Amino acid sequence: MSAAPARSRQAGPRPSASRGATAARARITAVTSGKGGVGKTFVSANLAAALARQGRRVLVLDADLGLANLDVILNLAPKITLHDVFTGRSELEDAILPAPGGFSVLLAGSGMVEYSRMTPEVRDQLLKVIDHVAPRFDHVILDTGAGISDVVLYSVSLADEVLVVVTPEPTSMTDAYATIKVLASTQGRDRVLLVVNQTRRHGEGRAVCQQLQQVVDRFVNSGRAAPVRLDLAGQVPLDIAVRDSVLRRQLLLETLPGSPAALAVAALAAKLLD
Amino acid sequence: MAGGLRLDQALQLLRQAGHEPPAGAEGSDAWLQSLIDSLVDLSSRDALTGLANRRSFELALAREIDRVARAGEPALLLVLDIDHFKRVNDTHGHASGDLVLKAVGKALLECVRPMDMVARTGGEEFAIVMPNCPSAFGEAVAERVRRRIEAMPVSIGLSQQIHVSVSVGGAFAPQWVRSSPALWIERADVQLYRAKAQGRNQVCLEPSAVSVVSAEEKALLFGISQFQDIE
Repeated sequence: MSAAPARSRQAGPRPSASRGATAARARITAVTSGKGGVGKTFVSANLAAALARQGRRVLVLDADLGLANLDVILNLAPKITLHDVFTGRSELEDAILPAPGGFSVLLAGSGMVEYSRMTPEVRDQLLKVIDHVAPRFDHVILDTGAGISDVVLYSVSLADEVLVVVTPEPTSMTDAYATIKVLASTQGRDRVLLVVNQTRRHGEGRAVCQQLQQVVDRFVNSGRAAPVRLDLAGQVPLDIAVRDSVLRRQLLLETLPGSPAALAVAALAAKLLD
Repeated sequence: MAGGLRLDQALQLLRQAGHEPPAGAEGSDAWLQSLIDSLVDLSSRDALTGLANRRSFELALAREIDRVARAGEPALLLVLDIDHFKRVNDTHGHASGDLVLKAVGKALLECVRPMDMVARTGGEEFAIVMPNCPSAFGEAVAERVRRRIEAMPVSIGLSQQIHVSVSVGGAFAPQWVRSSPALWIERADVQLYRAKAQGRNQVCLEPSAVSVVSAEEKALLFGISQFQDIE
């Protein structure tokens, strides 16, 4: 069989060009969750807006190929999408759109469903896209799909840091834990940023993080040279304003920047920049 | 002949490959179907070993990925390569090389389950698709295949026997993961290269990315006290 083994998913977390401290290259953050419907895209979009407010040039890439929600949440109906770029109909440049909130987006478009399955072509295309945009932004956020598909794992493998969105629900915690386990074993990740969304009481985020860390310590970290550490990057309180903003297809940070959830996302952004 | 179709060559091919003539009245639908079935069978097999060929192997792989994604039972892909096969050809001639290929193919068929597919995917390259193979069994199955070939004498003349060995690489189709045959093959190939690089005649399997969360893990995650004294 002919395929070259040069770049397997096991080869390391960053198959793209190395990123020295001096390189003017975007910091790439993958946002993932394991379970769908926990607010991954909400966090991605509003985090982007919060980072943009801090003067950062931010691009959100819809890495949820074919199953995208980013366009819905931002109320965008793009004429040119990643699908057109992948099929060679358009230049990548033309698919980068300004989003409300002062950042840029690269949307997948509905035609991307056929790419929801990982192939060497999709992999090369994604890598090409990221290599192209990375030098031109300060921060690239990869909004990945739900589940632990090859596409998700590959997108995450391209990122400098991974941010796992979890809610205090058992199903979400289980799937987040499974994701962390897979990332640790296949990509050698030893640091995972956690955003606990929809917390119902103060300190619940910390509790969820500790609970996950406890299981990781016992079942993942035993015998590992570099133990996996979970860092609580943010906790976003359950806030009716979030649902309203999603229903109205507006960014919470734009419409209700003073709401508890918006303040929490702003704090998350500040922590990431810290 | 059926409606002026040119079937002479097809029938000749089947005769040459040792197939029975099509069943039924010549030219009838049943007869044509039987002829087509034989041709399909012929075009999905490797002529030398009678194993599945590359084409039907790739079809089976795509099917298996879909099945894994739906049913969630892990499947194992093994890729095998006869070690130093060129030396066999160079030392004993190509006819002997062919005998080795046939013997290896037969041995592979004998050490897997009927539901598994054994294919010859290239010159001295073989592959085995094993549906519903729990990850705990992978190493044992692959090792059994390797030992079987290592222990098997191949007769290449009246009184001459030789031994060959195989390097084996393997990768599981992870449960619930959307993937493609090309990537699955590539992941198994990476392991085959590793087995070759480590000195051949050995098995390397991709460490499985376990996404299943066990009852013990869940118990600790949700602080169910009755499980906490497990250790």
